[in-house]
Order: sequence, then C-alpha cells, then structure tokens
Amino acid sequence: MGPLVVNEIISPETNLLIAFLIGIGFGFVLESNGFSSSRRLAGMFYGYDTTVLKVFFTAAIVGMLGLLFFSLFGWLDLSLIYINPTFLWSAIGGGVIMGAGFILGGYCPGTSVCAAAIGKLDALAFIGGIFIGIFIFAEGYPLWEEFYKAKNLGSPVINELFGFSRGVMVFLIILVALAMFWVGEWAEKKFARDDYKINQH
Amino acid sequence: MTKDKEPRKYMNPYLGGVLLGLILVVTFWVSGRGLGASGAQKSIVVAGVEALAPQHATNASFYKEYGSSHESPLKSWLVYEVLGVLVGGFISGALAGRLKFTVEKSPKITSKTRIIFAVIGGILFGFGSQLGRGCTSGSALTGMAVLSVGGFVTMIAIFGTAFALAYFARKLWI
Repeated sequence: MGPLVVNEIISPETNLLIAFLIGIGFGFVLESNGFSSSRRLAGMFYGYDTTVLKVFFTAAIVGMLGLLFFSLFGWLDLSLIYINPTFLWSAIGGGVIMGAGFILGGYCPGTSVCAAAIGKLDALAFIGGIFIGIFIFAEGYPLWEEFYKAKNLGSPVINELFGFSRGVMVFLIILVALAMFWVGEWAEKKFARDDYKINQH
Repeated sequence: MTKDKEPRKYMNPYLGGVLLGLILVVTFWVSGRGLGASGAQKSIVVAGVEALAPQHATNASFYKEYGSSHESPLKSWLVYEVLGVLVGGFISGALAGRLKFTVEKSPKITSKTRIIFAVIGGILFGFGSQLGRGCTSGSALTGMAVLSVGGFVTMIAIFGTAFALAYFARKLWI
C-alpha cells in the first residue's frame, strides 16, 4: 500500500499539501522540545542539556522500528523507500563542516527555521548564512565536484555491512541508544549550570 | 520574574522523540522519503539565481545538474515541508508564550558577536549540507532511520566535530 505517492494512491499535488501538514507537525514538535533555543542545542556539547541526544536518538529508533512494523503489517513496501546514497568522502567532509557550523552557529537548517518562527534574530542571521553557504557551494561547484562525487558506494545499509538482519541491527542500535540516554542523564547532573535552567517536564 | 510571565515548560524529550519518530514514519508512508530542511534552502537559492541571473543558471554546472533532476525549484516537497515547520514552530511558540524578538546568547558575549558567529555557522552549515547531501534532518536522522551507512557516517562526523571543537567555542555558550 505505501508509499502512497510511489504507488500512485495520492496525486503529486496532494503530496505537496501533506508535505505542508507534516512540516507543521515537525516544526511543532521541534519547538515544543526547545529546538528553537540555540543554548539548549549547544548544551549537548557541554553536557548541561542533552535534549538533542534524547530527542534525536529516540526519533531515530522509533523511525527504524516504525518502518519495520509498517513493513510487517504490509502497509509499506520497504524496497520502494529512498535510501540515502553513500559517497564516503563527501559524507565525512560535509559532516565535519556541518559540525563546525553547528558549534559556532548553534543551529542546524531545520532548527533555525523553527527558532526564527518564534522571533530568534540569531536564527535569522544563521539562515542568511545558510543561503550564502549554499550559494558558495553552487558557484564554486567545479572546484569540488570531483570530491563531491568520489568514493560512491551506492546505497549500502549498515545491517548488510555487519552481516545482521534488519531486526537484529535495530535491536542492537536500541541498546546503544539506551546506554547513551543513561550517559545523557548523568551529564545533565554533572555539568548543570547556575545560569541555565533545563525547564522541562 | 512573575509566575504568569514565565514561558511554559518544554515537552519531555523522550515523548518528543517518539512523536518526531512517528512523524518520520508517516512521511515515509506517504512520500517514500524522509524529512529534510537544507534541500528547501537550496531550492530557494536556485530559484533566486534563476530569477536574477537566468543566463548564468543555464550555463553553470551546479544549476544545470539541479535542473535536470528537478521540475521547478520552488514546487518541491521540502519547500512545502519547511513552510510547515515555520507555521508549526510559530503555533507551538505562541501556545507556550515563547514568541519574542530576541538574540539568544551566553551572558559573556555581546549580541553583535553572537550574530557574527551565527552567520559564520550558517555559511559553514549551508556549504556542508550540500557537500554531505543533506543536513541533520535529511542525512543524519532520516539516513539513520533507513539504516543508511552514509546517514551514520554523516551523523558521527557532525556530532564528533562539534564535540571536538566545543572547547574552543565555549565562550559562545557557557
């Protein structure tokens, strides 16, 4: 049955409308969890607020499990979903540059939109920077095109890399995530700050 | 600070993670692809260049490659999704009493310093998201959910680098 668009159950126009609705849900959840706050996001890297770790990895494992369940119920054909291709060098290079941007700027592209929506002017400046960065990439493209397209591994998945079934791989990742949640809870107590309040349920 | 002026508390992060994960699964069920963000910003840059310098957009290789795989830059799934993020973020902020024009920063730095570093961070993130074929949403979160090797590599590179540089950037935040 799913994906609905790929199987032509809904039209491309309906798909765009649903994109807008999904975006509302995405933005609402990000803001409700404080992803509209750069000090909260940056707190991840100093241990005083590890919300990013908890939300991000809970979402990833719920996503992995949800895809498995939907496939099991016959609701979603996993062979039709898009798997991000792996170009090893640019995945590492791009990630390193994004990591530097994260710690200096305090946001990422999605969270900056969410923060700008509630009036954060630093987020607006960050978005301006994103446009400049993309423009530089586009204009200088011939300079880094070779690096960008190097070491194309196709679309490998990590369970095949390790030789596990999809289910066993997800189970192992859940165990790793639980260990990280424990570390996150510990860090928030150890690195708590007087000038910063986590303020959550 | 009086009690009624204090913004409401944030959601429990594990609950937030479950909700975000469910949204991600619904996204796959509907569109066959995951969530994203930087793709929308790329669409806006491409649309801007096409409008202001059409000749350049048909000649430069980046825009040519983009045009061969996309219909029209603004009529894309991620552009609509990110417009939704703007609306959803605003609704949540309004309900919680968090709508306010402000520059968020460590008490140790000025607003000007914060804005300068926000622009620098944005430039790096924008550039890196193109090189890495997606950002924290499209490459790291979505890529991990489908168990993509590239998704895990990018996630480790982003968070690893941010941790490695955290000491040098500490004055910005603590």
